[in-house]
Amino acid sequence: MLLLAPLALATPHLHAQAKGTWVLQDARVVPVSGPALEHGTVIVRDGLIEAVGANLPAPKDGWVIDCKGLTIYPGLIDGLSNWGLTNTPATAAPAAAGGRGGGGGRGGIVVTAPTPAPVAQQPQTQSRGPEDRPSTASWIKAADQLFPNDRAIEANRNGGFTSAVTFPTGSIFSGQGSVINLAGERAGDMVLADAVGQHISLRTAGFRSYPGSLMGTIAYIRQLYLDADRYKLGKSIYEKHPQGLQRPAYDRALEGVLASPRILLPATRNVEVERMITFAKELKVNAILYGGHEAWRSIDVLKQAGTPVLVSLRYPEKVADSDPTLDEAERILELRDKAPTAAGALAKGGIKFAFYSDGVATPREIKAAVKKAIDAGLDPAAALRALTLSPAEIFGVSDRIGSIEKGKIANLVIADGDLFATSTKVKYVFVDGGRYEPPVEEAPARPNFGGRGGGRGGPVQ
Amino acid sequence: MRINRRTLLISLAAPVAAPFLTKLAAQSAASGNDTVLIQNATILTITNGTVKGSILLQGGKIAALGEKVLAPAGAKVIDGAGKFVMPGIIDCHSHIMAEAINEGTVSVSSMVGIEDVLNPEDIGIYRALAGGVTTANILHGSANSIGGKTIVMKMRWGKNAQTMKFEGAAPGIKFALGENPKRAGQAVATGLAGVGSAPRYPATRMGVEDVIRQAFNDAKDYKSIWATYNAKLAKGEVVMPPARDLKLDALVEVLDGKRLVHAHCYRQDEILMLIHVADDYGFKIRTFQHVLEGYKVAKEIAAHGGGASTFADWWAYKLEANDAIPYNAAILVKKGVLTSLNSDDAELMRHLDKEAAKTVKYGGLTETEALSLITINPAKQLKIENRVGSLEVGKDADVLLYDAHPLSNFSKVEKVWIDGHMYFDRDEDISNRTTKDLEKKALIQKAAADQRGPGGRGGATAPTPQEEGNNQ
Repeated sequence: MLLLAPLALATPHLHAQAKGTWVLQDARVVPVSGPALEHGTVIVRDGLIEAVGANLPAPKDGWVIDCKGLTIYPGLIDGLSNWGLTNTPATAAPAAAGGRGGGGGRGGIVVTAPTPAPVAQQPQTQSRGPEDRPSTASWIKAADQLFPNDRAIEANRNGGFTSAVTFPTGSIFSGQGSVINLAGERAGDMVLADAVGQHISLRTAGFRSYPGSLMGTIAYIRQLYLDADRYKLGKSIYEKHPQGLQRPAYDRALEGVLASPRILLPATRNVEVERMITFAKELKVNAILYGGHEAWRSIDVLKQAGTPVLVSLRYPEKVADSDPTLDEAERILELRDKAPTAAGALAKGGIKFAFYSDGVATPREIKAAVKKAIDAGLDPAAALRALTLSPAEIFGVSDRIGSIEKGKIANLVIADGDLFATSTKVKYVFVDGGRYEPPVEEAPARPNFGGRGGGRGGPVQ
Repeated sequence: MRINRRTLLISLAAPVAAPFLTKLAAQSAASGNDTVLIQNATILTITNGTVKGSILLQGGKIAALGEKVLAPAGAKVIDGAGKFVMPGIIDCHSHIMAEAINEGTVSVSSMVGIEDVLNPEDIGIYRALAGGVTTANILHGSANSIGGKTIVMKMRWGKNAQTMKFEGAAPGIKFALGENPKRAGQAVATGLAGVGSAPRYPATRMGVEDVIRQAFNDAKDYKSIWATYNAKLAKGEVVMPPARDLKLDALVEVLDGKRLVHAHCYRQDEILMLIHVADDYGFKIRTFQHVLEGYKVAKEIAAHGGGASTFADWWAYKLEANDAIPYNAAILVKKGVLTSLNSDDAELMRHLDKEAAKTVKYGGLTETEALSLITINPAKQLKIENRVGSLEVGKDADVLLYDAHPLSNFSKVEKVWIDGHMYFDRDEDISNRTTKDLEKKALIQKAAADQRGPGGRGGATAPTPQEEGNNQ
């Protein structure tokens, strides 16, 4: 059933960097950008989708895969990710990267190489004000920090993810995110778009170092944008009049801010949604909110602002081993109860949103969280869109990925059923037109490899 | 230090279970821009004596007030026989709604503002309403010589932060003198700076003065740099723009009289110091906050044109707060200082009326003078007296209905209107408590059932109290 190819592939574990032509025949094709084709064909050539349709003539030079009974989806995209930024290869031998060492990548010794300070690890000097540029690494790009052998890449690709919008995190201005494909021998091969936005967190440094409070952090961000405005103006004046004027000092923090086409602002609660929308308006930036668990209360304000939302798939949970006598506020109980309804409410409200992994460790758990949103009222088609075309649109790469359309990058996932059903297995994944075959055995859940550390405690059953 | 008394007051004055935000408070009680006529009541106008009669709230304003007011068509008529009506209480010093209090890393933090961290869902708002507060000045903390920007809010419970702002109220800023701002300067400090953190200048009262003076020196320089730049620009010269500095922007507004200074202080020496500094730089201290030794320098405060916002009898929580007397407010009033009583505390905020009553006993203020301390006087201090602070035709319909005289220890706020909308109704609060309890119980049970999973024995059956406890 699987292969009606001119000749069998040399190895089922082929690491298909080489481009070629593939004919994926007689599949249910869900292009996301349009209606599904019940018996469709997708032709992939040299990394791109050459054609999609019913009864397409197969090119003579292509490998044919009979996809009868299978469904082809666009590859999934993690809308806000840290995949690719951790140096935790799956196996000991670099040569085996891409192979599976016998057990879905679990075999062999897991080498956790000393991770070079990924981003923004600045010396812990005490900051006395905005001029010290505290907790700022705005100039850093995820694309320049990639580890192609990060085991998160293979693990999530096996689950149907072909791309991620991966961001440095952990600082106030953490740096710029990049859209990457989840395959490639060299970091450069993976990058689709190198600078798609600035990741902002509202962390504080307590009483030791400015900013030490939420309002200090907000004031700092505001000051940096003011500084960036002046920097831009000063540079343009200097460019025209280099003689007789003192030159403006080079400032990498401001360069990074100016190079970011949009910013990601954290907003889990309704109060934060309103606060960040007001703030973004004031800064005159294109903002994307991330978190979104209470977005079911924020529909009107989001609609009015037209701000897209990245919905975390790590739902809030009661802290493990919390005080059993703790009388929690109804608001907190309600937030926990209704967090999975946020995506459905956004979809109904016509607000652009995408899902993101937020440290949820395995594709299985990610899909379970998506299923939870579907069970809570999210239309399954909208769920799929929130992991494909919507994140691509939000980050300005929907002309390249996110749907199955002629000319787009051949990022595909082929499954034996509905992608979010627990029994469904991913048969093939295509990234940049290269074919990957996930291990057939049921991959047990892996230990958490480096969550985002969002601060809400790890997943709890 | 006041726990016993407070507990007693809570049970008298504040509802125990507060409704869960918008659902009840905003959607039912506070729905509609009502036209309301309260009849046969004792109306304490504060500025124009006491009227036995009626008050009409219409279009968000006080439309009529007098012995006889005709009910317009469609007006909701409330019988106020035996009841009292007074203007909404104004608290000149509160920290409710603020999701951050101190930017304590620097001793001049005028770049930060409470406006950025307001939480309109803070239950403290609803509880303040239950105590009759309709407007509050939300302040930065007292860790810094010059703290953050303050903001005046109306307690429009159920609305968002933007909508709760008191439109047109003058912006303010917090200053602080004495122990708190110098505490972080002491190496192994308790409280503000943790052990092991580097000491922060200043460490003495002298240093606090120096920090404030230096900040205003910087602000003056900054102002002149911008003036020079703008002059050159106007002449068409090619010039590099100077840097905008949010910290100094706020201080220039103080110098220009556009931003009101609310200065935390206790001792007479530091109060005089700040008056001298302000005089030197040509700005005013709008209010001295806490100002427990104000009675010693009331004349000087009055001569400066400053106001005082103090406590009735809350003191001795630290050395600098020791030399306090319950006559402070009355003495300040009698010496001609514009004086108010504030809460600085979410609990005290719920019985400012009872705090005002203490000044009748200690210092012999009249009832109107006492009530002025929590209504028209703080309104003047915040420069919002054209809108609120007394019951006058044309002012905002921020109105309280009491079941007895507000200065009585046994009186309770029954209903609260802001802009003519009802935001608190004691009867409704009480009748909704059962529903709210059930709502919450249902959520707890659902969470417990979810935890047990579909395979568990939970689900349909309600857990016993014991099980419920185990799952919380």
